[in-house]
Formats: sequence, structure tokens, C-alpha cells
Amino acid sequence: MATIKNVLFNMGVLDDLAMKETSIHRIHPLIKLLTTVVYLTVVVSFGKNEISNLLPFFLYPVLIMVFAEIPVVPILNRMVLVTPFIIGIGILNPFFEVQTVVVFGTSISQGWFTFVSLLLKSALTVAVSLMLIATTGMNQLAAALRMLKVPKIFVLQLLLTYRYISVLIEELSRMVRAYSLRAPGQKGIHPRVWGSFVGQLLLRTYDRGSRVYESMNARGFSGEYHRGNISKLKGKDIAYFLSWSLLFMLARLYDLPLLIEALIFSMGGE
Amino acid sequence: MEHPILEVKELHFSYPDGHEGVKNISFTIEQGESVGVIGSNGAGKSTLLMLLLGIHFPDGGNVFVGDVEVTKKTLPLIRQRLGMVFQDPDDQLFMMTVYDDVAFGPRNYQLDEKEVDSRVIRALDLVGIPHLKDRAPFKLSGGEKRAAAIASVLSMNPDVLIMDEPTAALDPKSRRRLIGLLNSFNHTKIITSHDLDMVWETCSRVIVIKEGEVAADGPTMDILANEELLDSCGLELPLSLQNCPVCSSRKVHEKIKLRGVNG
Ligand SMILES: Nc1ncnc2c1ncn2[C@@H]1O[C@H](COP(=O)(O)OP(=O)(O)O)[C@@H](O)[C@H]1O
Ligand SMILES: [Mg+2]
Repeated sequence: MATIKNVLFNMGVLDDLAMKETSIHRIHPLIKLLTTVVYLTVVVSFGKNEISNLLPFFLYPVLIMVFAEIPVVPILNRMVLVTPFIIGIGILNPFFEVQTVVVFGTSISQGWFTFVSLLLKSALTVAVSLMLIATTGMNQLAAALRMLKVPKIFVLQLLLTYRYISVLIEELSRMVRAYSLRAPGQKGIHPRVWGSFVGQLLLRTYDRGSRVYESMNARGFSGEYHRGNISKLKGKDIAYFLSWSLLFMLARLYDLPLLIEALIFSMGGE
Repeated sequence: MEHPILEVKELHFSYPDGHEGVKNISFTIEQGESVGVIGSNGAGKSTLLMLLLGIHFPDGGNVFVGDVEVTKKTLPLIRQRLGMVFQDPDDQLFMMTVYDDVAFGPRNYQLDEKEVDSRVIRALDLVGIPHLKDRAPFKLSGGEKRAAAIASVLSMNPDVLIMDEPTAALDPKSRRRLIGLLNSFNHTKIITSHDLDMVWETCSRVIVIKEGEVAADGPTMDILANEELLDSCGLELPLSLQNCPVCSSRKVHEKIKLRGVNG
């Protein structure tokens, strides 16, 4: 089953990207985390029908992508993973929403606006979260969370869960390989063995997880995760945070595309 | 030193399901010895190592590392002294980069980051993979993973290096390199395996385990050349000691003569 292995490989891609040394990567992890939080909060706070207001928010992920040299494809791939859920949630809006609006002479359900707005919001939030991981890395992110005084047990949980996903996928891909080699010409896994398959998977990952844990203990692990040195906050880190936050706020309070349009018209009028 | 570096006294251990993994095992290991623990699959080798490290605790008997008994309280000390390389390197490597994995142990002992760095670099140099330090462990080859796992233990400066089937699943070249590597360490070593040729080349003493008990304990030369003993324990003469199928030359006696002369 190629796709499972791909997922595992793809998980590594984010970690690899996090190892780059661009100007964005060098920004303090805490700052990147906070900027992302502000961004997410602002984007989510928009009303359910707003579309044009959201457009300026594409600037942030696009700039990050350019300056951090993040390829578009892996990010898009992951965004595609979540779209079925978003569409599933939003697709009924156009049919349930009774109000209609007139666009280019035809009247359509207001629900289409809600739907597009939802799609935009989720695309933006998912992309920006992925970029946070791709420019910071899970370990640094964990360190940033610790600086925010998030209890160490939660941070550790997050880190180990992130690792555990790959353990789970590895075990699953081994089982699927063993299965498909002895069930040639069969697509997927026969429902008859789903039960034992899932049971096996849980037992195996549990076993594997406890061996990983034992090996951590054997190297002196005692519940506290010690990260390496994290650099100090610099003036330009803070400037980065403040200027983005300011921009996000402005874009939230004013309809920037409208303003710009007005500006262009007023200049044209002179 | 008055105390042997490792002392195992009448060790007994049953798994929760009642299966007796280790029955009444005793031995001592002196500073600088390299000891091969051999036995067929399921003989109890891994179980024994888990007991040495305090991953399991015995139902009877005790383990001493130097003058310290292995108990829940002494675990941090014990684990700094005994470096265990697990059978499956995937179990041992779980960080995002090889560097972080090798640094994991020293960081747990709260060394300052400079000391951590120098230890990591030295350990990676020792096993010959300094160029892999920024790679993700799960993307390495089998031999590279093994080397990284060994480095992750060496960085803790252990007194005793313990390895569970280190040559399992290695190709001949990686296996050869690992043997060279093991011989280059001055650590006290405990190596479990059923790769008897590897044991022949890396260990001066061999302990044979059969169904959870010590079946023999003595110099490598005597034990690995004892066909009858090995056979009764589900093992075979090392290939390098078997008579040549082409020319039927008797290798056992020649090799032993050679080794006897060399030291
Ligand atoms: N978690 C467990 N529960 C019950 N029995 C086990 C467990 N792990 C190993 N055993 C049994 O203990 C015996 C020794 O296993 P082990 O020490 O892994 O052997 P090996 O010499 O191959 O390393 C085997 O018979 C095995 O089936
Ligand atoms: Mg074993």
C-alpha cells in the first residue's frame, strides 16, 4: 500500500523543511508560535459570510512560503487531506440558507458565500499551521510551549504523540504489506479481518511504544524532556511579531481590498 | 577495584503470564571483559539484559553494578553506567534528528549544552557517522541506524556497553564494520547473539543460556569449539570453525592454535 508509506515519508518532509536555515527559520520559535496564534484568532473571528475581507490574509502564508523556501506541493497535499471534512461540513449551507443574493444578475443562495468563506478560512488556518511546523520543527515548538509555561506533561504528550503517529503508521504498513503479499489481487483489506487487524495494530503499537519508552528510560529519561539551548529573544523578533499583529488587526478592522480600490479610484479621479 | 563491574546472583524471573524467562542465573563480569551471551531464540537472553538494566525486576536474586544493587532507587545511577543498545534500533531512535537522539541521554543527565555537544560529536565520530547528524533517524539504512543507536548510548559514557543481537538484520559489509567498531571500544562489553562468528571475533568469554539457565560459561575458544555443547543448546559451530565443505580441511584445530599463539 504505497499511500501509507507516503504518509510516513511526507511526515518527514515537514521535519526536513524545519531544518532549513532561512531568515524565517531563524526567527525565535516563541515569536512564530505567537504570531500564528494571533493570525488564527483573527481569521477565525470573521463573520460567516465574509470573503473579500479574508483575501489580504493570503499575504502572510505566501510571504512565509517564499522567504522560508517552502515548496507548495507538500503543503497543498496536506491541505487536500482535510478538504473532504470541510466540504462535508459546509456543502449543505447553499441548500439550507433561504436568503438569496443577486450576483451578476442571477440570484444565488447566500449559503454559497458561507461555504466559500468556510473554505477560505480553513485553507488559511491549515496552511499557516503547517507552515509553523515546517519553519519551526516540533522540538522547538515544544520548547516555545514550555516558555509559555504550558505544563511539561502536556508538551511531552504532544511530542510523543507526534512520534507515535509514525510508529503507528510503520506498524500499519508492515501489517498491510504482510497481508497483501498473501492476498494477491485483493484490493484493500477484507472486512472479515478488520477486527483482528485493528486489534493487532493496537497491541503491536502498544508493544512498540513500551519498547520505545523502555529505551528512553534506559538513557536516563525521568519524565522531563530536556531540550537543547534556545536562543534569546531579540529586538527584531519582537518587531516581527508586532508588525504582523498590527497588519492582522488592520485587515480585521478595515476592508483593505475596498480601501485600496477606493484609493485607486480617488487617484484616478485626480 | 575490589568489586567486579557486574555481579549477578541467583537471578530468577517469571513473566506475568507465568512463563519462566530466567532461572537461577549467576555470574560475575570483571572490568574490561567482553562477554558473549549466546543461546537459541527464546533462550532468555533479552530477558536477562532487561533484568541487568532494571527494566524488569527479578522475583529472586539480585544484580550488582560495581557495589550498587539494581533497585528502583538506584536506577538513574545504574543506567548511566550501563549503556544498552536495543535489538531493534527503531525502538531506540525516536527524535527528529540523529543529533537529538544522541544528545537525548546526556541532556537527561542535565549536562550543559557545550558538554552535550562535545559528547555527541565524539560519539558520532566513534561510530563513523558524523555526516548523518542532521538526518532523520527513520530514513537511515539498517547499518546506519545501528551505528546511530550505538552512538546514542556511547554519548552517555557508560562503563559497560550492552548490546542485544547487534548484527541481526545487517548486510555482510555493515556487519563487518560493526565487528571492527566493537573491537575498537575499550568498554566492558556484553553482547547477546546467535551470530557465533561475530561472538568469536569480538568476545573473549562466552556464557551459554539454555531455557533460561546458564548451560556453560568459559573462554570463547573452548565453548565455541565444543560442537556437542552447542548442539545441545540449539546452536551450531561458528561457520569459520566448521570444516571446509570443499577441501574438508579441519579448521577448528588450526584456528584455535592460531588464536592461542596470538594471544
Ligand atoms: N512479554 C513477555 N511475556 C511473556 N513471555 C515472554 C515475554 N517476552 C518474552 N517472553 C518469553 O520469554 C522467553 C525468553 O525470551 P527472550 O529473552 O526474548 O529470548 P531471546 O533469547 O531470544 O532474547 C521466550 O520463551 C519468550 O517467549
Ligand atoms: Mg532477544
